Amino acid sequence: MSASAPLVRGAHPLAISAGVALAAICCIALLAMLPGGATLAQQIVSGLMLGAIYVTVAVAFTLTIGVLNFLNFTIPTMFMLTGMVAWGLARWGLPFGLSGGLHWALALLGGIIVSIAASLVVERFTFRYLKTRHGDATEHAIPLVSSLGFLLIFEHLVLIVLGSEAQSFPVRFRLDWHLGPLVLGLPQLASLLLSLGIVFWLSWLLTSTRTGRALRSIAESPDTATLLGVEVTRIVPIVFLLSGLLCGVAGALFVVNYSDVSPFMGEHVGTKAIAAMVLGGLGSIWGAIAGGLLVGLMETLGIHFFGGDAAQVVVWSALLAAIVLRPQGLFGGTRIGKGKL
Amino acid sequence: MSGYWAGILAILAINIIFAYGIFVTAAAGQLNLGGAGFMAIGAYAAAVLGEQLGWSPALTVPAATLVTALVGFAIAFPVLRTRGVYMVLATFAFAHVVTGVILTQPALGGAMGLVVPDYVDLPVLIGAAIATTLLVFWLMATRLGLAMRALHDDELVSTLMGVPARAVQVASFAIGAGLAGLAGGLYAHHFSFVEAQYFSALLSIYVLLFVLIGGTQTAWGPLVGATFFTVVPELLRIGGSWRYVVFGAIIVAMMMFRPEGIVTRTLLARIGFRRRRVADAR
Repeated sequence: MSASAPLVRGAHPLAISAGVALAAICCIALLAMLPGGATLAQQIVSGLMLGAIYVTVAVAFTLTIGVLNFLNFTIPTMFMLTGMVAWGLARWGLPFGLSGGLHWALALLGGIIVSIAASLVVERFTFRYLKTRHGDATEHAIPLVSSLGFLLIFEHLVLIVLGSEAQSFPVRFRLDWHLGPLVLGLPQLASLLLSLGIVFWLSWLLTSTRTGRALRSIAESPDTATLLGVEVTRIVPIVFLLSGLLCGVAGALFVVNYSDVSPFMGEHVGTKAIAAMVLGGLGSIWGAIAGGLLVGLMETLGIHFFGGDAAQVVVWSALLAAIVLRPQGLFGGTRIGKGKL
Repeated sequence: MSGYWAGILAILAINIIFAYGIFVTAAAGQLNLGGAGFMAIGAYAAAVLGEQLGWSPALTVPAATLVTALVGFAIAFPVLRTRGVYMVLATFAFAHVVTGVILTQPALGGAMGLVVPDYVDLPVLIGAAIATTLLVFWLMATRLGLAMRALHDDELVSTLMGVPARAVQVASFAIGAGLAGLAGGLYAHHFSFVEAQYFSALLSIYVLLFVLIGGTQTAWGPLVGATFFTVVPELLRIGGSWRYVVFGAIIVAMMMFRPEGIVTRTLLARIGFRRRRVADAR
């Protein structure tokens, strides 16, 4: 077990990321000025915007794995739940006729609250029942299997209550910012900044607060943390609260950017977020940021150069190669999840 | 027998073979979340061999099994370098690569799918399912099966006792892949049509759930798990999505109250299927 905190790596991540962002903006600007480079630059920009949504979901995944060694398959479902519940609230209002259709911002807020509540329900029924009576090599699969059970429950409850159709959820907040040859959607830009802001806040929370220190001690060793007076059963729900919040925000940003929702929207984003997390290294928040942006770029550029289905092959082959050749991820040296889940 | 129950029996037979494919890998302590990828390789191998070379099912199905087992053998070396959650993710990614490749190859029909010649009827499927069940029971009774169970229970200790961990794990992974390929080949010939969309991540998840809920300790597990989850939803007949909600709730409840799966060694000892020794050892 490494002595340094595995969740946050690097000397001055804020300074490094600011430098990288500045360099990236300069490169994109240079590329846009080249003849014929504008289309490519536009693809890179939309790839980064898509990547911002992957980043938010990937951080939810990496947080649960980093602290609890638990691959939570309900995370994509919570993303979907936010979008569908928000659509239902905007369309019909609160249940039992308490109100008419809500304003879209309120509806999205409602969706995020439902996502957090669902996440806490998952904690109550999966993670608290981790212990087996007869230990064996597949016992680490228990919370994983329960989370697959919850995936089925939530997805099909949504299908029953809200139907299986993809729905359009127009958000009246379409403003484009023309910057030379590039078109930047303001909602997209806002979501990139918002999701990165939340991730920065989270990493501050982990490094500089009492709760963050408790979380990191549980990540190192739950037993030692308990011995040293950390109340594990009170701290663990915080992980689920945060991952519910992150999924909710990602779902809301997805709605604002793409204006449609469907009961199956979690699968695509969820699998891409898993790819992003693995590329960045399991349990590393900065890795998840880099991985998410990278997967977004690979996907849009893959579609640009090779077409839709081939882009999937590119992303998944990169993931398979990364797991086999560099299981610690592109940036990490973390050993989280190496022996047990 | 009505056509309805014949359809369910066919699905049940294929699910049992497929579940044994995942079980053989899980019995050695490895989780394979890429089952659909191996099944897809088997199904497409049978489809291509039947259509391009005009082979009969008596040749295509064994060939599909062999091809998938070889792919499993080849992929086992890189994949088994990983463990725990990384192994789950590596097999998951592998299944995505397989379906992605199928979708982009026009020779494999892309998203349109392939029509498979030569129909294989229900008795053959049931015979294959029974043969697979007997084969796995025999396998678990051999020295290899003992080594697999030892690795499943404690890898470190069994390595210290001289179990060649890597060889046993590669063998169990390849055998498991071959069985998944057999299920795929039979699926292709029975339904006369294959398409990449069928072999989704959800299929891999379902079959892993069959195995884990049934129990990985004994060879009864996948039989019970696959039968339970193929037949019970049909009997429930609550209709539409509610049955999946009930299915999910059963899974969560199972993991809370009986996380080792339905069938365990202690249960068998209590019923009296095993020699007294096991019962006394408790």
